[in-house]
Amino acid sequence: MHRRILAGDRLIAAFLVGCVLFNYPLLSLFDRPTEIFGIPLVYAYVFCAWIAVIGLMAWAIEGRIR
Amino acid sequence: MLDAPVLIAVSLLYLGLLFAVAWWGDKRADQGRSIIANPTIYALSMAVYCTTWTFYGSVGRAAVSGIGFLPVYLGPTLVMALGWFVLLKMIRIVKANRITSIADFISSRYGKSHLLGGLVTIIAVVGIIPYIALQLKAVSSTVSLFLSYPEIVMPNRSPTLPVAADISFYIALILAAFTIVFGTRHLDATERHEGMVAAIALESGVKLVAFIAVGVFVTYGLYDGFGDIFEHVETHPELRHLTSAIPSGQGYTGWFALIMLSAMAVLFLPRQFQVAVVENVNEAHLKRAAWLFPLYLLLINLFVLPIALGGLLHFSGQGVDADTFVLTLPMSQRQEGLALLVFIGGLSAGTGMVIVETIALSTMVCNDLVMPLLLRHQRETLEEARDLSGLLLGIRRGAIVAILLLGYLYFRLAGEAYALVAIGLISFSAVAQFAPAMIGGMYWRGGTRGGALAGLSAGFLVWGYTLLLPSFAKSGWLPDGFLTQGVFGMELLRPQQLFGLTGIDEISHCLFWSFLANIGAYVGVSLLRPPEVAEATQATVFVDALKESGPIGAVLWRGRAKVSDLQELVGRFLGPTKAELAFAGYARRHGVGEGNALEADARLVQFSESLLAGAIGSASARVMVASVAKEEPLSIDEVMHILDEASQLRTYSRELERKSRELTAATLELQEANERLQELDRVKDDIMSSVTHELRTPLTSIRAFSELLRDDPRMHLADRVRFLGLIVSEAERLTRLINQTLDLAKIESGRADWNACELDLKEVIEQSMAATSQLFREKEAHVELDLPDNLPLILADRDRLIQVMLNLLSNAAKFLTPGSGRVRVALCRLADQLEVCVADNGPGIRPEDQELVFEKFRQVGDTMTAKPSGTGLGLPISRRIVEHLGGRLWVESVPGEGATFRFTLPLAPVQEQAPALAAGG
Repeated sequence: MHRRILAGDRLIAAFLVGCVLFNYPLLSLFDRPTEIFGIPLVYAYVFCAWIAVIGLMAWAIEGRIR
Repeated sequence: MLDAPVLIAVSLLYLGLLFAVAWWGDKRADQGRSIIANPTIYALSMAVYCTTWTFYGSVGRAAVSGIGFLPVYLGPTLVMALGWFVLLKMIRIVKANRITSIADFISSRYGKSHLLGGLVTIIAVVGIIPYIALQLKAVSSTVSLFLSYPEIVMPNRSPTLPVAADISFYIALILAAFTIVFGTRHLDATERHEGMVAAIALESGVKLVAFIAVGVFVTYGLYDGFGDIFEHVETHPELRHLTSAIPSGQGYTGWFALIMLSAMAVLFLPRQFQVAVVENVNEAHLKRAAWLFPLYLLLINLFVLPIALGGLLHFSGQGVDADTFVLTLPMSQRQEGLALLVFIGGLSAGTGMVIVETIALSTMVCNDLVMPLLLRHQRETLEEARDLSGLLLGIRRGAIVAILLLGYLYFRLAGEAYALVAIGLISFSAVAQFAPAMIGGMYWRGGTRGGALAGLSAGFLVWGYTLLLPSFAKSGWLPDGFLTQGVFGMELLRPQQLFGLTGIDEISHCLFWSFLANIGAYVGVSLLRPPEVAEATQATVFVDALKESGPIGAVLWRGRAKVSDLQELVGRFLGPTKAELAFAGYARRHGVGEGNALEADARLVQFSESLLAGAIGSASARVMVASVAKEEPLSIDEVMHILDEASQLRTYSRELERKSRELTAATLELQEANERLQELDRVKDDIMSSVTHELRTPLTSIRAFSELLRDDPRMHLADRVRFLGLIVSEAERLTRLINQTLDLAKIESGRADWNACELDLKEVIEQSMAATSQLFREKEAHVELDLPDNLPLILADRDRLIQVMLNLLSNAAKFLTPGSGRVRVALCRLADQLEVCVADNGPGIRPEDQELVFEKFRQVGDTMTAKPSGTGLGLPISRRIVEHLGGRLWVESVPGEGATFRFTLPLAPVQEQAPALAAGG
C-alpha cells in the first residue's frame, strides 16, 4: 500500500519536474546560440532534460523502496 | 534493383508477414495464451502514435523550424507520468462497462446518450479523415519516388491522373481489405483485437529500427558524427537559426501549446484510446509502458535534426522536399537496401496508423451513428431479426471501406495543398476537444449531458472556424478575404486573429479560443441544472471507478425481465451460440441453476446490457434492454438515496475492517501476555521446587549426622567433633540460604532498605579483600590488586556493595585450582562511571552458560562430577544490587582461561560534590 502511494507521488513529482524543465522560463536560459561539445546548447538541453524525466519515471516505477 | 516489381513484392511480403503475426496472435488469444500480455508489447503498440507524420514529417518540420518538432513528443512523455492515474482510471471504467470507443465512453458517462455519441463520432471522423489522407499521401509519394529511381524526382501530383491508374487508390483498397481482415474477423463483446495489436507492435519495432538506421547512416556515414554536422551548419548562415533557438514564429507560447495539445492527443486520439485503453490486457502493464513509451519517442527523435540538417546541406538548392529526406538521402548514396528498409518503415508507420484508426472509427460509426439511426427508424426490423451479428459486421466493414475511400477522396482533392500538409496538428486540435468532457466526466460528478453537448459543439465549431476553414482558405478553396477581412468583412471575426487577438501562432490561437468556448460551455451549462437520474448514476460509476465496490449499475435497476428474453436479445446481436455460452458461464459463476430462474435479477440484466454494449455501444444497449425488460423508473431522490446507502455501506465495511484489524492485534497481545504469565508461573514453580530442593540438601545432611551421633554412643570423640562441625556448617548454610532467599525476594519486590551515601569504592574493595583474604590464603592463590587513588566518589549503599564484592571474591576463590590460582582485582574510571573487575584463572564458563549463572539456583558446571558448593543465589543477588545502583554486572570468559566478572557503577552527581569541595577548599 505504502509502496503504491510513494511510487505515485514520485510519478507526480516527475510530471512536475518535466513541466518545469520543458517550458519557459527554464527553457529560455538555454535558448542561446552557444554549443556544448559541438552540439547546440538548446538541443542538448532538451534531450538531457528528456532523458532525466524518463529516468525519473523509470526510477519511480521500477525502483525499490528502502 | 529498386523497380516496381521488387517494391510490390517486398510490400506484399511484409503485409503477409504482418497478417501471419496477427493470425498467430488471434489464435494464441483463442487458446488463452496471449502473446501481447507483456508491458513491452503494450508500449510498442502505443507507439502507433508515431505515424508517417513522424517518420517522414518530423524531418520536414525540423528543416523549417529546428527543434520545433519536439514538443509533440514531450507532451506524451509528461502525460505518461500521470498515466498511472488517468489511464488506469480509463481502463477500469472501460473494462467494467465494456466500452469500446471514445464516443461510447463519453456517451456512456453522460447518461448513455445517443446524441452525444453521435457528435463525438462526427468530430472524430471530420478530424481524422484528413489525417488518414496524409498517410495515403506519404505512402504513395514514397512509391513514386522509388519508381523514378535512380533519379530523384519529387512526386508531382497531377489531378488529371485517372483513379484507375492512381497507385494510392490501390493502396487504400489493400489497406481496407487488410483492416477488415484484422479488425472485423468476428464480433466480440469485449471488442479486443489481440492479433492486430501484435502486428502493430511489430510495425512499431520496424519503423524505429528503420529510422535509427537512416539516422546512423546520415550522422556517421555521410558525416562524421553530430559535431561534424553542426560544424558544417556553421558555414551556412541561412541554416544557423535551425540549431540555435526555439523557432521565432512559434515562441514559448506555441511551444507550450504544442506540449499541451500533444498531451491531450496521446490520450484522446481514437487510435491511442484503442491501443492504450480498449486493447489493454492487464492494467499492471501500464507501469512499465509509462516509461518505455516515452523512451521510444526519444529514440525515434534522436536523429531527426541531424537528418534534416544533413539533407539541407546535401541537397542544397536541388529542390528536394525535406519531407522525403529520410528516403532520398539513402537513395542519393545508392544505398538500396537501406532505402528499402526505410520504405518498409514508412509503410509500417502509415499502415499501423490507418489500421488502428480505421478500426476505432468504424466501431464508433457502427455503434454510435448507424445503430442509433437504425434503432430509431428500423426498430421493427431489428426486433424481428433472429441474428443481427452479420448485420453488425457488415456495418463495420462498410464503415472501414467508406472511411478509407473518404480518406482517398480527401487526398485526391487536397493533393499538395496546405490543408493536407498541416493536418497533423489540426487533427490533434480536433480530438483535444474531447478533453473537457472526458477529464471532467472522470473527476467531476456535476457534468451533465447538456454541458457535454454544449462544450463539444462549441469547441468543435471554434476549431472549425479558427483552424480548419483557414487551412481551406490557405489551400485556395475559400477566398483569401476570409482570412484577411474575416467573414462578411467583419475584421473582428478574422478567423486567426479572432476578436483582434494577435501575437501567438495559429495553434495556440485555436487552442485558446476553442478551449475557452468548450470548457466555458461545458461547465456553464452543467451548472444550470442538477444531473438527472441516468447522469447521476453514470457519474458515480465513472468518478468512483477506482474505489473498491461491486457494480453500482446493478443496484440502480429495478424492474422485471425474463431470462429467456434477455438471452434471445443478446443472441440476436452476438449470435445465439455465443449468447448461450455467455449466459451459461454467468449461471456457473453465480451459482444459478441453468434455466431455473425465469425471472432475471438486476445483476443479470446488467450483465446482458454490458454484453450488448460491447457489440452495439452502451446507449443502444440500454435502449435494446429496455425493450425486453419492464423497468420501473427511479426518481432522482431514490437514486441518490441508493448511492448514499452504497457509499455508507462502503464506509461501514471500511470501519468494520479497521475494527477487525484492531481486534486481531488485541488478541495477539492477549496471547502474548498469557504466554508471559504462563512462563512466569512456570518460573515460580521452578523456584519453589529449587528452594525446597536446596533446603532439603543441608537438612538431610544435618539429619543424617545427628542420627549417626544418636545411634552410636561409643563413637570416638574426634569423629564426634567432626560430625558436629559438619552439622554446624550445614546449619549455617541453611541459614545463609534462607537469608539470601528472603533478601532476594525483598530486593525484587522493592521492599529492601537502601542506605545511600557517598563512598570511596577503593575503600570498599579493600575492606572486602580483607574479609576474604583467608579464603585465598587457604587456596594459596596469588592476589593482584590494581586500585588507583583519587577516584571520584560514588553514591551507593556500603553494606550492599560489600555483599556484591564478597560474592564475586568468594565465587572466584571457589573455582581456583589450589596452588596455582591467580586473582586480579582492578578498579578503573570510564567516562562517567567506575568499573570493577574480578578476574580469576579458574576453569571459566562456557559462552552458553554466561547468562545462566545470573539465574536463581543455577550453578553451572558438570554437576555429575563436582557439585559447586554455594547457594546459587549470590550472583543473581549481586546483579540485582548493581542494577538497583544504576550499573551493570556481567561476565566475560574463555573456557579454560578463567572468568572475569565486571560491574560498573555511576559516579555521584557533580552538583552534590561541588559544595563539599568548595567547603574543603
